[in-house]
Amino acid sequence: MADKSVLIKGAHIVDPSQDIDAVSDILIKNDRVEAIGPDLKAEKSAEIIDATGKHLFPGLVDARVYVGEPGGEHRETIESASKAAAAGGVTSLIMMPETDPVIDDVALVDFVRRAARDHAVVRIYPAAAVTKSMDGKELTEFGLLKQAGAVMLTEGKRTISGNLALRRALTYARDFGLVISLETIDESLSSNGVMNEGLIATHMGLPGIPKEAEIIPLERDLRLAALTQGKYHAAKISTAASAKAVANYKAAGHPVTCGISINHLTLNENDIGRYRTYLRLQPPLRDEDDRQAMINALVDGTIDIIVSSHDPHDVDEKRHPFAEAADGAIGLETLFTAALRLHHNGEVPLSRLIDAMATRAAQIFDLPAGTLKPGSKADFFIADLEMPWVLREEDIISRSKNTPFEGERFSGRVLETWVGGNKVYELQE
Amino acid sequence: MGLGRTIKLRNEFAIGFKFSEKSSTTLFQRHANLFETSSIHLRKRIFAPIRTSDMNTLENAALSSFGQKHLLGIAELSPQEIQFLLDRANEAVSVSRQREKKKSVLRGRTQINLFFEASTRTQSSFELAGKRLGADVMNMSVSSSSVKKGETLIDTAMTLNAMQPDLLVVRHQSAGAVELLANKVGCSVINAGDGAHEHPTQALLDALTIQRSKNSIAGLTVAICGDILHSRVARSNIILLNALGARVKVIAPSTLLPAGIDRLGVEVYRDMNEGLKDCDVVMMLRLQRERMTGALIPSIREYFHFYGLDAKRLECAKPDALVMHPGPMNRGVEIASEIADGPQSVIETQVEMGVAVRMAVIEILMENRGSNG
Repeated sequence: MADKSVLIKGAHIVDPSQDIDAVSDILIKNDRVEAIGPDLKAEKSAEIIDATGKHLFPGLVDARVYVGEPGGEHRETIESASKAAAAGGVTSLIMMPETDPVIDDVALVDFVRRAARDHAVVRIYPAAAVTKSMDGKELTEFGLLKQAGAVMLTEGKRTISGNLALRRALTYARDFGLVISLETIDESLSSNGVMNEGLIATHMGLPGIPKEAEIIPLERDLRLAALTQGKYHAAKISTAASAKAVANYKAAGHPVTCGISINHLTLNENDIGRYRTYLRLQPPLRDEDDRQAMINALVDGTIDIIVSSHDPHDVDEKRHPFAEAADGAIGLETLFTAALRLHHNGEVPLSRLIDAMATRAAQIFDLPAGTLKPGSKADFFIADLEMPWVLREEDIISRSKNTPFEGERFSGRVLETWVGGNKVYELQE
Repeated sequence: MGLGRTIKLRNEFAIGFKFSEKSSTTLFQRHANLFETSSIHLRKRIFAPIRTSDMNTLENAALSSFGQKHLLGIAELSPQEIQFLLDRANEAVSVSRQREKKKSVLRGRTQINLFFEASTRTQSSFELAGKRLGADVMNMSVSSSSVKKGETLIDTAMTLNAMQPDLLVVRHQSAGAVELLANKVGCSVINAGDGAHEHPTQALLDALTIQRSKNSIAGLTVAICGDILHSRVARSNIILLNALGARVKVIAPSTLLPAGIDRLGVEVYRDMNEGLKDCDVVMMLRLQRERMTGALIPSIREYFHFYGLDAKRLECAKPDALVMHPGPMNRGVEIASEIADGPQSVIETQVEMGVAVRMAVIEILMENRGSNG
């Protein structure tokens, strides 16, 4: 088969893995990056794309995506999630094991890998449960799961309540170099709470969740990570105190990292407005002081990565009174464009955003992604950083429409997305 | 005119909050031609109770009509709109005192009382109010079991809407549920209590009771005592009393106070004797039985000892202080029988005013519906 070459000229390329932030050409040969540099030449048969005035980034790596398949295909399938990802510039994603059945077995990891190979247009990596059926008791087969293709261990939206169980999990995972990524929520302290505790919740008559419900289990996890030296990743922090706790353990040299959902960087509790259930999230949207603290922690590197926390729910689970609705919002399609708000406001440098959504995320979970170094997979996307647009429900590709950004105005949009040297998405106007 | 003024007031208050609108505002300016309207000011309205200090600047111009389609909460009303409802309710009191109580203004209209949470008093009060106006009234109690069968609130709303009612009176256990339903139906909706959010007709009937006894609400000191945390009655009353210029105190143990209550325009007291000082009105709240047994307070006797209203404690308030209770009472828990039945108690008057307020609200909303086609 003849070699296929594509030369993309004149794009502003940002690749944190090589400290590139300049107008440059990029040459793709077959499924890999051949070269990056000014005035590249290609053979006559090469396809030439003029991307002058546009930006080109390594494909995003979204480390926290909930998908409905298996068991909830009406909400999202691996195929529909991958198409939504492509539209958002996401070329690699880690799929949560919180499915029905829970992905806690080699055969189920295999199923995801096969479904992804046959139907997905981006790279889908399965995460496996830490404990069987995610009941917090017996460990899953970490080693075999890793061999089968699981790239991370997590308990989905649950916290491991037993201290001993978590200690053993972190200790055993260390032998395989697997990261355990957990969301932290103290069930008893959060009680029946549905939004951030405080004035707004009181005014709305909704039971609140104190910040301590996140911080107390997080601090427990960090201590056990320090004890075991197992790799621990706090999946979604949302409070200033959480960031401070993580920073302390990082400074002491312990193997801890943390992430945040794009929602908690760009929205706060006021945005819930008239009981909008699409903004009911876990952890809940916090106050503006916390949001600002999160931005600072992202800039200084305390927060390593940004995730979409894509969590599709159909209307049956969302069109309820606020206190009775499900938690979670979709986000694959808006991850990049929402993050651009932080760039446009001058709050976070563009290269740090790309690092947090691609390069750093690939490093933490050891994925072949997040870079455009010659020889690496040609996963990238081209975007117009200024293009104004409004998110409308009918344009959403994901099978579920529970976006917190419906009707929102954005500046900047993904124009095309490439995976392994093939264009998998192009914006239709 | 009254409405425009309200929006302005609430925006002034809203500046006190912080918003993450900065990013979208910037974009909005950048692409101003692309977007016709900004929803920002609408969002800011939502959490903004009216400050007492704004009362001084309010014009006293009376409203000639009520501009809203629904009555979902006191927070959505301007002080003038509240006063408009109270004035009409005051006129309705005499109807119930006549031998011939029935009016026919709502003949042919259908009112459905949709109660997802059991209630005897509120439901019968609304039923009586509708019937005295001549409406056909239907009661629907939706037990939680039928909701568990899978029918969502929206499904129920759509079903009822297809029956073409003119008015829905709705009580639901979740905050915001009544508004959600109101957005899905074509008729007017009255909130008869949604979770711990609002119970507007209760606040209006309390205000009418106070106003008839004390002439005016402005300048009075009102204490709301007991389970503030779970109480929609407390929230609606706090907003309404502030709007009409009263000084509001809340008195409760800290486990029954919600976070941020001190920023809702009230003075917070944990000591009943201290809190009752100088009060013109003492409003007691019902304490649910399941909350008395160790979870939030240790025991009934401890609660009554520190927070129950008895004769000795009532002496801390002004000698002519009114004693109120939204009912049903737990005698011997939050209020002593001698006080509930005593000369300062206006608890029965509250029930009477309840019918008048609900008649006025129903009639006003139906007038609007008539004129709007």
